[in-house]
Amino acid sequence: MRRGQLLLPLMLAVAVFASALVVVRTKHENRALVGELDGLRAEHERLQMEWAQLQLEEATLAHNNRVEKIAREQLGMVEPDDYVIVDAQP
Amino acid sequence: MTAIVNPSAEPVRGWRRILVLGVLALGAVVVLGRAFQLQIVERDFLIKEGDKRHIRTVEIPAHRGAIVDRRGEPLALSAPVETIWVVPSALLGSPGHVSAVAKLLGRRSSEFERYLKARQNRSFVYVSDPLSPGEAKRILSLGAPGVFSEPSYARYYPAGEVTSQLVGFCGRDGNGLEGIERAQESVLAGHVGERRVIRDRAGRVVEDNLEYQEAQPGGDVELTIDLRIQYLAYRELKDAVARNDARGGMIVVADTATGEVLAIAAQPGFNPNNLKERVSRGTRNRAVVDAFEPGSTVKPLLIAQALELGIFQPSSQIDTTPGTFKVGALTVRDVHPQGVIDLTHLLSKSSNVGAAKVGMTLGAESVWAGYQRFGFGEPVYTGFPGEASPVLRNYADWGQIATATASYGYGFSLTALHLVRAYAALANDGLMPQIRLVRGGQALPPQRAVSASTARAVRQMLEAVVAPDGTARRAAVPGYRVAGKTGTVRKIADTGGYDRKRHQAIFIGMLPAQRPRLVGLVIIDEPKAEAYYGGLVAAPVFSKVMQGAARLLQIAPDDGDQRPGPVREQTVALPGTGVDRGRRS
Repeated sequence: MRRGQLLLPLMLAVAVFASALVVVRTKHENRALVGELDGLRAEHERLQMEWAQLQLEEATLAHNNRVEKIAREQLGMVEPDDYVIVDAQP
Repeated sequence: MTAIVNPSAEPVRGWRRILVLGVLALGAVVVLGRAFQLQIVERDFLIKEGDKRHIRTVEIPAHRGAIVDRRGEPLALSAPVETIWVVPSALLGSPGHVSAVAKLLGRRSSEFERYLKARQNRSFVYVSDPLSPGEAKRILSLGAPGVFSEPSYARYYPAGEVTSQLVGFCGRDGNGLEGIERAQESVLAGHVGERRVIRDRAGRVVEDNLEYQEAQPGGDVELTIDLRIQYLAYRELKDAVARNDARGGMIVVADTATGEVLAIAAQPGFNPNNLKERVSRGTRNRAVVDAFEPGSTVKPLLIAQALELGIFQPSSQIDTTPGTFKVGALTVRDVHPQGVIDLTHLLSKSSNVGAAKVGMTLGAESVWAGYQRFGFGEPVYTGFPGEASPVLRNYADWGQIATATASYGYGFSLTALHLVRAYAALANDGLMPQIRLVRGGQALPPQRAVSASTARAVRQMLEAVVAPDGTARRAAVPGYRVAGKTGTVRKIADTGGYDRKRHQAIFIGMLPAQRPRLVGLVIIDEPKAEAYYGGLVAAPVFSKVMQGAARLLQIAPDDGDQRPGPVREQTVALPGTGVDRGRRS
């Protein structure tokens, strides 16, 4: 009877202690995850910036003016007109 | 037994008890008092100070949306930039770094040093324009004292001057000032969000669900233009304006069925990436904000009204001899007297006398109603800032002379988009679409301007304009049947009346003539090289642009085998030109 009376508070004390440890652990994990989230947000932001820059770069390189110049001057291309007459001499 | 005196059992003297209790009470009062002071008197101050040390408000960035063309090519983009600023006194303390920084900034080091010395007392001086993050990093990596960078966003326009007047530009603070940037500000603008976080000593965020205000990034705006056609149109227009020594020009290409503008450009232009050019007159999108007298280009619309009312038939004959026609004090003249002509001939030779006679027969009200049908009485409602409203006075105010001049396109004004819309109606079998610059949203249903049979009849007549004996044979596009009309409009002189030397050369047309897909308008303003007729100055631009546009949009040719082509042995299709061309060779 006496032993039973002592057992209950003891078990409760252990449970409280264990729960306190879990709280500490959860809190720690929470902070770690928040930190990770924040890092990922920064990464997202950085990647967005990079994406904007790359789009800009692509648009600059693919600018019609530049493409036309290279096509005409370096590659000797012409616009496809209706007919082209070539010399049929052997 | 003598009682042993137990000293500890001696009764405690009263004062000791009081002393102990007193000391304890004093201690309690001190502790409680301090607690009162901290918890109640200084509470706000302490909370503030505590928060200051670890609660931070972090901005959640929200970017301005991009503007893209109908194929998703970017026309306006926000990209990160960094602006270098320095603390002059700190940088001057290290002379070696001054010249290194000056070199990377592209400035002479002696000049840079003088610049800094003049501002020595300031603690903050910008020394560069916004730079790309890469360039800024190179300068920062010198490790020069007192050199910092400030990150921000800048707006870039990859297509540059090609789309400049349409897209417009933003101010320094990122608000749209001109063009679509301004018109679509509410869509494009982003709203910066905010969150409050707790940071630990190392600056890491450890808790962030205190307060949260969501960021709203700006939406993208998709324009109706096709950058490939836009570039082609801009290039040809710029070329023609330079060749003809003209004051300016504009060009519009639109889809006839949907009313979507595929290209809209004006000259002179400007480069929106160059801040200094933004004040020039080139920033005006002439095709939307400038109104002008349309001249001969309205004759087909007059004829459409005449056919629609049944007062004239395509075969009707009109006597234009002797090439002049007196209406009150006004004498209408033809450049070349045409004699007795039918309506097709009237259009292909652009006879003013013929048009005036048709207009007088219809009467003021019918002529006016005809132009109303084609939308000359109402704005185009593109939503573009500064869109010009048309000026078409009520017929009740027209006298005989006004009726005659209105018949060949003088005495009222409209924008380039009005003409495009009216011709889109002719092209679209009488259904006039809403002209659109921005995609998305619900388009208004097209309005019926004239019956399908009238539109077809007028289109057939307009093919004669581009025929070898018409006024605009240079508008012909190989492989396609083109219907169109020239206009050579005298401009109003500063002194009043019309100037004999200043003209607007106009060509507006559509192709393929049987079932038109595209309508195009070219206006060259005040060509000063020898020619000034619409058929000579504007028509070649139309031909080149439409040929390219038809190819890019893969519009099937409709010219059958009518064109006299070289014999088969002599023709070689260029590689990759597709089936259409092979079929016709």
